[in-house]
Amino acid sequence: MNEREPSSVNLLIASDRVPANAHPELLTEDAIWALLDNVKDPEVPAVSVLELGIVRRLSWDGKHLSIDVTPTYSGCPATELIEELITEALRAVGICDPHINRVLTPAWSTDWITDVGREKLRVYGIAPPQGNASKMSLLGANEVITCPFCDSKHTERVSEFGSTACKALYRCRDCLEPFDYFKCI
Amino acid sequence: MTEQKALQDYLIRLADSDMILSQRLCELCGKAPAIEEEMAVMNVGLDLVGQARNWYEYAAELIDDGRDADKLCFLRDALDYRNLLLVEQPNEDYAVTMARQFFFDVWHYFTLKSLVDASDERIANIAAKAVKEATYHLRRSSEWVKRMGDGTEESHRRIQEAFDLLWRFTGELVTPDDTDHAMFKAGIGPDPEKLKQDWFGMVREVAAQATLKTGAEDAWMYMGGKSGVHTEHLGLILAEMQFLPRAYPDATTW
Repeated sequence: MNEREPSSVNLLIASDRVPANAHPELLTEDAIWALLDNVKDPEVPAVSVLELGIVRRLSWDGKHLSIDVTPTYSGCPATELIEELITEALRAVGICDPHINRVLTPAWSTDWITDVGREKLRVYGIAPPQGNASKMSLLGANEVITCPFCDSKHTERVSEFGSTACKALYRCRDCLEPFDYFKCI
Repeated sequence: MTEQKALQDYLIRLADSDMILSQRLCELCGKAPAIEEEMAVMNVGLDLVGQARNWYEYAAELIDDGRDADKLCFLRDALDYRNLLLVEQPNEDYAVTMARQFFFDVWHYFTLKSLVDASDERIANIAAKAVKEATYHLRRSSEWVKRMGDGTEESHRRIQEAFDLLWRFTGELVTPDDTDHAMFKAGIGPDPEKLKQDWFGMVREVAAQATLKTGAEDAWMYMGGKSGVHTEHLGLILAEMQFLPRAYPDATTW
C-alpha cells in the first residue's frame, strides 16, 4: 500500500483551505509587506524574497492584491515556485486570489539585494555580491572575494557557476573551505 | 515582407537559436569533462532556455493562432526551425563545444546589447535581462578559448582545429537577410554592418590573445539556418527534444 498518496492529497487540501477566522480586509499594506518578508527564497532559504529584492511593487485595497515580482535570471527554475510560495502565504491569511505579475523591467541585478540580505547571506556561508553590478568589465578583471567563514581575501575561483545559476564556486586558501559566491550580475 | 511578419520571424530566430544551443549543452549533463564544467554548462543552458521562453511567449502572442510557447518549441519540424546552423553542430570535444559557445556568445552579446535600445518595449525588456547573462557567458567562453589556445601544445591544436571546423558556420551570424534589414529599419534589430564589425573585432582580439588564427571574412560559408535549411543534425536534436511532448500531447505533469 502506498502511504504517501493520501497524505500528499491532504496536504494539498490543507494548503488550499482558507482559515475560517481570517479577516484579510483588516490587513494593512505594511502587514502584507511584513508577511512577504517571511517568504524565503527556496534555493537560498537564508534570505526572504524582499531581502533578495525581487518583489517590486504591491497594491492592496482591502479586497484585491496585486504584486510585481521579477525573476533573478531568465531561466531561474525557482520563479514559479516563488510565486506559489507567495500565493500560499497570502492564502493563509485569507487573501485568496492575489494577482502576481511577472515583470522584467527594470531588470533585477544583485544591486537589489538589501544590506540585511547581504549580511544574512554571509552568515549562511554564501559570500554576498561585492561591488556594483553595472561596473563589471566585459572581459577579464577578476574580483577579490572575501571568504564568508574567516574573512580572508586570499581566495580563488573554482568555477564561474556554483550550485545555482546565480552563484559561482570559490575556495578559501587560508581556511581551505569551499564556498558559494552570489555573483555580481 | 510586412514588418509584422519580419518581427515574428526575428523573434522565432532568437528563440530557436537559444533553444537548440541549450539542448546541445544539455547533452553534456552527466558527462562533462569536470563537475565544475558540468554545472557551468548546465547553467548556461538554463539561462538560454529562460531567454528562449521569453522570446517564444512574445512570438506566440503576435502570431496569435492558438499556439503557446511550448507548442512553438515542441511541435514545429526542422523546416520551420530558424536557428543558426552554428548552434546545431555537435559538441565533439570540449574545444569544439567552447569554440561554438564563444562564436555564439560574441554574436549574442552584441545582438542583445543592441536590442536593449529596441523601439519595441517588450523586446528591450527581455534583452535587458538577457544581456547580463550573455555577458557572463561571453566572459567565460572567451577565457576558455584563451586558456586552450595559449595552453599546452595539445590544447592549442584542438582549439585551433575547432576554430577551423566551425568557421564555415559563422558567416550566417553576420550576413543580414531581408528579416535582419527589416528589423534594423524598424528600429528593433542591430545595424547589420556594425554587428559584423563588432563580431569580427572581438573574435580577432580574443583569438590574438589566444595565439589562434581565424579564417577569412570572405571564406565560403554555409548559410540557410535562418530560412529553415539546416544541416543533418537538427532533425536528430528535435527528435530527442520533442519526443515526450509529441508522444504525450497536453501532458501537464511530467
